[in-house]
Amino acid sequence: MTHDVSSAPAAGLDVSAAQVARSALIRRLATTIGPILISLVLAGCLLLALGVNPLSYYGFVVQRGVLSGLGLQQTLTRMAPLLFIASGLIVAFRAGMWNLGGDGQFLLGAVIAAASVTPMVQVLPVWLALLAASLLSILVAVFWSLLPALLRAYQGVNEIITTLMMSFLGVSLANVLVKLMFLDPGTTVPQTRTLAVEDRLPRLFDTTVTSGLVFGLMAIIIVHLMMTRTAFGLKLRMVGANPRAAIHAGLNVPLLTVAVFALSAGLIGLGGAVDILGIQGNVRADWNPAYGLAVIPVVFLARMNGFAAIAFVFLLSVLEIGGESAARKLGVPHYFTLVLISIVLLTLAVAEYIDHRFNQARKA
Amino acid sequence: MTGLFSDTFLAALLFGAVTAAIPLLLAGLGEQMSEKAGVLNIGIEGMMIAGAYVGFVCAFYSGSLWVGFLAGAAGGMVVAALMSLLCVRLGLNQIVIGIALTLGLEGLTALLYHFQFSRSYPRLPAAETLAVPLLSDIPLFGPALFRHHLIVYLAVAMVGVMAWLYRRTQFGLNLQAAGDKPAALDVAGIDVIRTRTVAVLFSGGMAGLGGAYLSNVGAGLFIPFITNGAGFLGIVLAMLARGRPIWVLIGAMIFGGCLSMTTAAQVAGVNVPIDVIQMLPFLAVMAMLVLFGRRASLPAALGIPYERGAR
Repeated sequence: MTHDVSSAPAAGLDVSAAQVARSALIRRLATTIGPILISLVLAGCLLLALGVNPLSYYGFVVQRGVLSGLGLQQTLTRMAPLLFIASGLIVAFRAGMWNLGGDGQFLLGAVIAAASVTPMVQVLPVWLALLAASLLSILVAVFWSLLPALLRAYQGVNEIITTLMMSFLGVSLANVLVKLMFLDPGTTVPQTRTLAVEDRLPRLFDTTVTSGLVFGLMAIIIVHLMMTRTAFGLKLRMVGANPRAAIHAGLNVPLLTVAVFALSAGLIGLGGAVDILGIQGNVRADWNPAYGLAVIPVVFLARMNGFAAIAFVFLLSVLEIGGESAARKLGVPHYFTLVLISIVLLTLAVAEYIDHRFNQARKA
Repeated sequence: MTGLFSDTFLAALLFGAVTAAIPLLLAGLGEQMSEKAGVLNIGIEGMMIAGAYVGFVCAFYSGSLWVGFLAGAAGGMVVAALMSLLCVRLGLNQIVIGIALTLGLEGLTALLYHFQFSRSYPRLPAAETLAVPLLSDIPLFGPALFRHHLIVYLAVAMVGVMAWLYRRTQFGLNLQAAGDKPAALDVAGIDVIRTRTVAVLFSGGMAGLGGAYLSNVGAGLFIPFITNGAGFLGIVLAMLARGRPIWVLIGAMIFGGCLSMTTAAQVAGVNVPIDVIQMLPFLAVMAMLVLFGRRASLPAALGIPYERGAR
């Protein structure tokens, strides 16, 4: 998973090197698209068994998620928070830290953004209020990741467990905050005050697509470049590849660990803020889209490559938006999307294994 | 507030604690064996929900809880077989496969439930309980601890069986070696892959049984996402127990108590959102990790696939 396709092109520009690079790229595409097609067929068999025509289901999902104008705009809008989560996860996973607490960090960021922006927008210019609310969300999400980070850095406690626990805690705490502290007295449903549509992040041109999409794309590209092109990124990848060697190389591993968690959680918290300030406008009690758990597989599928992750996040958004309207129209619950993602992940993992074995056999 | 401290209320609280603890105990014991053998089974949440669904369906159609329990364990094992094929035999990343299996089975069981039962919402009749003679007559504790379904006593007995297995048998030593120094086990002529496969299958069976208990006895029905993190709690219990089955039991009872308080507080009409009480078990974990974190030692080869001859 660590080898990177972008490092494949050799420095020499002779024809054979270019050919090798191209065939490597083609093989990488084949080992990605092939398994996805196989997964679609396998999941289609499940639909058949449930008495649903898989072709009409997939057709409907593509129609609603990509081809119809409104559907495409919804898909692009959905990508905004997902891109932030993906970029946060890329930082952590490349550094070998399993931050599985994305849902808690995301929701706390969202609640803090929603609660803080409505009073601030009364007194401050809108852009400043949005900025301040986003910064607050980042701070809270970073704070929420601090305990797992410190436990991992200084006590060696496995972060998988601690981040999962903090995630459960964060989701509950977010609900408590909405129900007890930040309740909008003007409504009977428990929810925070709503940010007026004209005060939200601007929309792109004449569409309903949020400008959060642009920020999300920027975030993930910057993260990708930081991890692959800067000295800091190299340090983080060293910690991920071999922490013991990193210590011997003179790196301050505990400090870097805390920094990784802070970056990762901060980006995910910012994703929560962008979702609220650009799209939702408020947080309802018991709202938990559980984006975090869905994006983790996506980041793996992309082999932690930022550009590949953009493509996969688009695919996930299409599946989600298409799946949600298919649930209403065709009576297939959106749980099917979960099954499809899981099958894609399993077949891709197996394909990577076969590819690896095939390579070894050829070298031997 | 007198209601909070009456005998019947306390008895109900304790009874609920045991009911909530059993799935955690079973999952924790299963995860413990798999971790001992060096496989971090993150898919245990998925195995649990598979067991919960298969167990419920079989108990519902056969009318027998025992058929449900066996089917639940078998369901968990089928998922575990897939996991051991991918993670033990092929050596794929245990976290990726674990999360994939959990997501997929949560989705699959919810989907199947939707197509099968979404109009009927069936329930099972209350489980028969077995009163232990004499002990069940103790005031307060008797009814709370000794009037449960037979499977509860068997689950607690498993703690002793596991402790004996780990301490006194060759297989227990093999498991330990597979997690700490698999190459040494291989040199001793014992198949590491097979040892780990057995451990993963066992953890799947236990998780499936725990799931079946959750749906058949604990709730009497299946709802999508019914396990709600119980499998993840099992992983935590196994990590905190440091290889000792008795600590899984103690931890499971503490968590069971917290979960039971959630229901009890609602019954007593305590005026806080349910979320506050739901945070209790997780706060307890974090507190335990902060206090005892340094000592939560794990097998050296945990999470690392074994490949013969690889460095």
